Amino acid sequence: MNIDQSRASDIRVDLLEIARVIDSGSTVLDVGCGDGSLLDYLVREKQVDGRGIELSPEGVNRSIAKGLSVIQGNAEEDITFYPDDCFDYVILSQTLQAMKRPDRMLEQLLRVGRKAVVSFPNFGHWRVRLSLGLFATMPVNKTLDYPWYATPNIHFCTIRDFVNLCDKLNIHVEQTMAINSKGYRMPLHNLALANLMATQGMYVITRK
Amino acid sequence: MIMLFFMNQNIDAKTGEDGRADVVTLGRDAPLRLDSGEEISAFDMAYKSWGRLNKDRSNVVLVCHALTGDHYVRGISPITGKRGWWENMVGPGKPVDTDRYFVLCINVLGSCAGTVGPASLNPATGKPYGLDFPVITIGDMVRAQAMLLDHLKIETLFSVIGGSMGGMQALQWAADYPERVKTAIAIATTWRHSAQNIAFHEVGRQAIMADVNWKGGRYLDREEQPHAGLAVARMAAHITYMSESGLTSRFGRNLQDRDKLAFGFDADFQIESYLRHQGISFVDRFDANSYLYITRAMDYYDLSADHDGVLAKVFQGTKTRFCVLSFTSDWLYTTEESRHIARSLNAIGARVSFADIDMDKGHDSFLLDCVEMDGIVRGFLNSEAEMMGVQGS
Repeated sequence: MNIDQSRASDIRVDLLEIARVIDSGSTVLDVGCGDGSLLDYLVREKQVDGRGIELSPEGVNRSIAKGLSVIQGNAEEDITFYPDDCFDYVILSQTLQAMKRPDRMLEQLLRVGRKAVVSFPNFGHWRVRLSLGLFATMPVNKTLDYPWYATPNIHFCTIRDFVNLCDKLNIHVEQTMAINSKGYRMPLHNLALANLMATQGMYVITRK
Repeated sequence: MIMLFFMNQNIDAKTGEDGRADVVTLGRDAPLRLDSGEEISAFDMAYKSWGRLNKDRSNVVLVCHALTGDHYVRGISPITGKRGWWENMVGPGKPVDTDRYFVLCINVLGSCAGTVGPASLNPATGKPYGLDFPVITIGDMVRAQAMLLDHLKIETLFSVIGGSMGGMQALQWAADYPERVKTAIAIATTWRHSAQNIAFHEVGRQAIMADVNWKGGRYLDREEQPHAGLAVARMAAHITYMSESGLTSRFGRNLQDRDKLAFGFDADFQIESYLRHQGISFVDRFDANSYLYITRAMDYYDLSADHDGVLAKVFQGTKTRFCVLSFTSDWLYTTEESRHIARSLNAIGARVSFADIDMDKGHDSFLLDCVEMDGIVRGFLNSEAEMMGVQGS
């Protein structure tokens, strides 16, 4: 099979933002790795030792075909089988809101990884507020593209909610990034402003 | 028995698409020591090969066959006269690409397709072994295969791949010879035989031994053979290889060559007729004692037995890269068992990929055309070959 050489640079902009915070040569677990695009990029561009967990069979098949070590499974269950401290980074990209217990997932991420990189759709974004406040309907847009009755996303949070949860779980926030609808990083350091303007929150967290 | 003196340069030559079969006599100098403590010396091992060995002998893929399989993976089998059992997986341009890899399949110890087994002549008596053949294990099968590879001067396996009992051998290879196995692909298999697995095998063995013609295993020099018992064993086992939905969609309650129930015990239903056919055609190609020995080897299989039942400990420190595949409809070796293998390997930081393939044909899915399985095996092998710098032939 021909390995598509162009694909490394083809990954989504917001995934590139995640890749930027990962150190070269580190060990990485990508929880909910999809078709393995980010993991593949990290393996090729940053020589990481990467592993993945993915629920969808299509994603798993495509990941394995790229030469990635990915297992099909339920993230919340499967992550419990990894030993403590076995990765430098654990990535949870756009998946936290689909977890049954996001709080327990954060704890698991920091049990198996020394650092976790977590990104999630921000329910505090002004468009979401507008949709709820003005039209009183659940928002459907590019980052939240399911109607409420068919969404896999069962636990939405705002950037402020996430920060509060980290606080409650005694998690240290090492780095925070506000991401816009195009996937680019916004120069926002004020929490209230980020919570209003960012479509995605991206956090690097560690144990305190 | 005829012994073929094997020339090493033989395996350097490219074989045709259908490969080449050979038999080698091993264990003349040092016998094969079995898990039971017994030894076998001067024993035949039959195998077949496809493709061409590369210069650094790094492109070897060992295919391991299942319970009633043999080394005729591709090409016409001289035993059945039919095409090989995994032509959709192995061959030029196939997922296990014989244009790129040197592919070997070795008939397992205890079998009846060329490698020594209970139907072979016992040199001590000049008669077939029968039940004097020592009880063997999956570990013994793998040790015998390793002897053959030593003989062929093949040190490392780029990959060892197999489904069902073939998958058990692939895992056993990785457990016993971690430094020789670069990658292992275990399909529709398990890490230890469950009570249910043993139970089904026991039904099969009892069917054979209950046949009056079995005669304590001494039937080969007689006219009457324990065909009825072996056929029933095969029928019972065959049910475990299929799925309820597969059977329903293929046969349902359809009647066989009749419009209404016959109120008798003939094969009224198509499924009965099908199973009878499976049983009857099996006895022509398989030895009843071999069936006893190989099912026993599978029942004794428990990779974790020497590690307090903890599978992860078996592979501690392994560098082998694993690919574990299960099928959603396989109730013989279930998804959960494969998942346990994947989780155990993850627990020790081993490299493992695991996919549960959605297919409704039950355990036998691994033998059938399956786009997902083909894609994964092809992608796994080729990307690993690229990473390890394994050159094609």
